Amino acid sequence: MMVIAVVPAYNEERTVGGVVRSLFPHVREVVVVDDGSQDGTADEARAAGARVVVHRLNRGLGAALGTGITEALRRGAEAIVTFDADGQHDAADVKRLTAPIEAGEADIAIGSRILERRSMPVSRRAANWIGNALTFVLFGQWVSDSQSGLRAFSRRAAEELEIKCDRMEVSSEIVKEIRRHGWRLTEVPIKPVYTDYSMSKGQGFLVGLKTAGKLLIRRIMM
Amino acid sequence: MLLIQIFILAFVAFALWRTVGRFRAGELKRSALALWLLFWLALATVTVLPQSASWFATFVGVGRGVDAAVYLAIIILYYLMFRIFLRLEKIDHDITLVVREMGLKESGKSGSEREENSSR
Repeated sequence: MMVIAVVPAYNEERTVGGVVRSLFPHVREVVVVDDGSQDGTADEARAAGARVVVHRLNRGLGAALGTGITEALRRGAEAIVTFDADGQHDAADVKRLTAPIEAGEADIAIGSRILERRSMPVSRRAANWIGNALTFVLFGQWVSDSQSGLRAFSRRAAEELEIKCDRMEVSSEIVKEIRRHGWRLTEVPIKPVYTDYSMSKGQGFLVGLKTAGKLLIRRIMM
Repeated sequence: MLLIQIFILAFVAFALWRTVGRFRAGELKRSALALWLLFWLALATVTVLPQSASWFATFVGVGRGVDAAVYLAIIILYYLMFRIFLRLEKIDHDITLVVREMGLKESGKSGSEREENSSR
């Protein structure tokens, strides 16, 4: 099966090369979307063998995912895996996410950091729960890790997926799309790798608050 | 007539002139023109006949004319803010679409060059 990994990256020159190399045993191609980085992210990704799409301006996570998924579809992907560039995911988990899609049992698989009970720091767990609850209240779909960046889509789901949110709200928007299109969802426990670096890269409290606010406004007004 | 009334009337005249001008230039839809004309004419009416605001206030059930005007102003401001918010969101997303299109085009070009090189 033609599995393509999509890696959105913003100023991740320290980690993106390693992430791309770690993915290659598990996927056919890697598409890195350099989202307007000021550092050497694009060069590092190219050197590691990824196909790189460059955003001239920083447009946010949702925009980068949309670009990467479009490119992966053009490259003939039969399944698409989204993977964070900060090194918090373990490439060994990719196969477990694509397996249910390959078997035709699911349209989307989300890697859940919660199901693997061990290592999520308490502050993260609390923030995650709030994100889940808000996503559930707004969009009526419960996912144990709504803000997870590790997901796999079938080609059909990726084609149906419509991303309108350019920034962090995209994670909840994808959950909304599950319900809208009636996709079959599987949640797969994954091992998050929490280093000081990946901890510093996630949504901080203020960004989380802003994300929540935007989601609310979107739900009420649009 | 009070000086402030003259100031407001002059401003309303200026606003009316600009509104009609923008409509003639095709920048304003007919419905928007109607709404703006209504708004500025209402303001002119209240300026010339302050008691008309009191009449309106009693009509909608708010005590004083000035209070009704303030409530109305807040509602209108919120509405305009919301419109601007939607506009910004749309422009923001449009920029994303342009940036995406450029990125995909460039990667298509450089990608096919590299494939040619590697097949040589």
